[in-house]
Amino acid sequence: MGAPAQPVATTGRRLVREVLGRGDYAIIGEIIEPRAKVLDLGCGDGQLLEWLADNKNVRGSGVEISSERVRQAIARGVSAYQGDIDQGLADYPDHAFDYVILSQTLQQTLKPLKVLTEMLRVGQRIIVAFPNFGHWRVRWSHLVSGRAPRTGLFPYEWYESPNIHFLTIDDFEILCRDQKWVIERRYFLAGNRRVSGMPNLMAEIAVYCIRKG
Amino acid sequence: MIVETRVVQFDSLTLDSGIVLTPVDVAYETYGELNPRKTNAILVVHAFTGDSHAAGIHEESGKPGWWDNMIGPGKAFDTNQYFVICTNVLGGCRGTTGPSSIDPASGKPYAMNFPMITISDMVRLQKRLVEHLGIQRLLAVAGGSMGGMQVLEWAVRYPDAVAAAFPIATTARHSAQQIAFNEVGRQAIMADPDWNGGDYYGTKPPARGLSVARMVGHITYMSDESMKEKFGRRFRNREASAFTFDDEFEVESYLRYRGSQFVDRFDANSYLYITKAMDIFDLAQGFHSLPQALEQAKARFLVISFTSDWLYPSYQSLEMVSALRSRGGDVAYCELSSNYGHDAFLVEVGEQTELIRGFLKRVYKEAA
Repeated sequence: MGAPAQPVATTGRRLVREVLGRGDYAIIGEIIEPRAKVLDLGCGDGQLLEWLADNKNVRGSGVEISSERVRQAIARGVSAYQGDIDQGLADYPDHAFDYVILSQTLQQTLKPLKVLTEMLRVGQRIIVAFPNFGHWRVRWSHLVSGRAPRTGLFPYEWYESPNIHFLTIDDFEILCRDQKWVIERRYFLAGNRRVSGMPNLMAEIAVYCIRKG
Repeated sequence: MIVETRVVQFDSLTLDSGIVLTPVDVAYETYGELNPRKTNAILVVHAFTGDSHAAGIHEESGKPGWWDNMIGPGKAFDTNQYFVICTNVLGGCRGTTGPSSIDPASGKPYAMNFPMITISDMVRLQKRLVEHLGIQRLLAVAGGSMGGMQVLEWAVRYPDAVAAAFPIATTARHSAQQIAFNEVGRQAIMADPDWNGGDYYGTKPPARGLSVARMVGHITYMSDESMKEKFGRRFRNREASAFTFDDEFEVESYLRYRGSQFVDRFDANSYLYITKAMDIFDLAQGFHSLPQALEQAKARFLVISFTSDWLYPSYQSLEMVSALRSRGGDVAYCELSSNYGHDAFLVEVGEQTELIRGFLKRVYKEAA
């Protein structure tokens, strides 16, 4: 499968990580070019968009379901909007954004394919990060316990989990191929380290940058 | 913070109707200091019956301003950083020219000879004052209810003069229900014989009509929940009804008190003119659609609504948010949870402060 992306200046990457912590945020910060127009779906308390605004002059908007986190995001000066990702994109015209980001919430949406299609309508490119259910720890947990897998990345009991779609890296690759989407970049992470081989087994997080074919 | 109201006079103002008003007084107050580059000015716009006394303690009356909990040192609109301006609206009765002002043509109060005014006229006059103060671009325009309508008008009419717009608990146009409540108020005033075709200055004002109008207004500003909490079915000074039409219930007594108090500070003809201006207001007028109107705006928007506000329900805020998003507008939106109904925008200080303070800080940084 796809090779990890080109190395980036380590100082820059370290800076990104120090501010953002999460590995997928670091990568998103690297992909997006200065002054881009960005929509962040599931923007949480707006940290990523604030960082992008401060460091890349990015004009960002965010959608977030939790009213408390929307308030926190707005208090950071982020143009956040309280709404549901599954239906929140309808207002936007085609190609309203350079990038539409969905970070670690794809597995929580009701209709992932509809969300991805809508994202590709309103954005020139989309950045999707999701946890890989094909990781060996998930497989091991399931095999040994015989129960719904629980790992550091998926700590929930089955009845409390916000995750309703269980996808692996291979699943996602197949979807992109079937939909004829062009994968421009792909990154695989375990912890905050890049994974070089066998990503579907070794990666905990995958980040894809995609555009329409 | 002790403050004083000032008045500036302009030679004339051309209204939407084409009529030229000469001269025009504007009452205003300011808080904080304008910076040398004049980039820290915020215009705060009052609701229907408000006035230019938005913050601080008035030097004569000793009263706090209507948004004193939001404007001041360290508050949402921090006067240590920003220069805040508030004016009484055109058509008002608190220092700015309105129907109770003297008509230079007759030497008597305008009364019903006062020309019809619009929200756009109010904003045009505010623009004059802002320019008079030497300010080209406002950091923000903020206001709730009718104030929010003016915020929208500012952002659309003067896109280069507004960096951020905060329309709170408001709408881009009144619904039939909102017009209906205003019409009940107007008819209550006009049905009072003391109204006398608007010609009551120097004699007895239409106190009963104006008071009833205010009572209706107050009901629409509260919620079922907040009224239940505040009054319930409690009686005043007794255990049960004495089978009279006196103000036995707490809620009756409260409304009567609010109504009679209002008469002392508000002019009945101003009530007529301003409510009509609100009803006529439609931000989309002169454009093909609301999105097309809002497309003119260049400001960053922060739209706020409240869950229990049934007079200006959240769907009206969502309508403008949707319209802005459909045309690439920059808009933040939050529906705050509150039991206070429409009054929430004056009462719910904590969360509004969090939102406005943070958002303003960012806009100020970007503008610098």
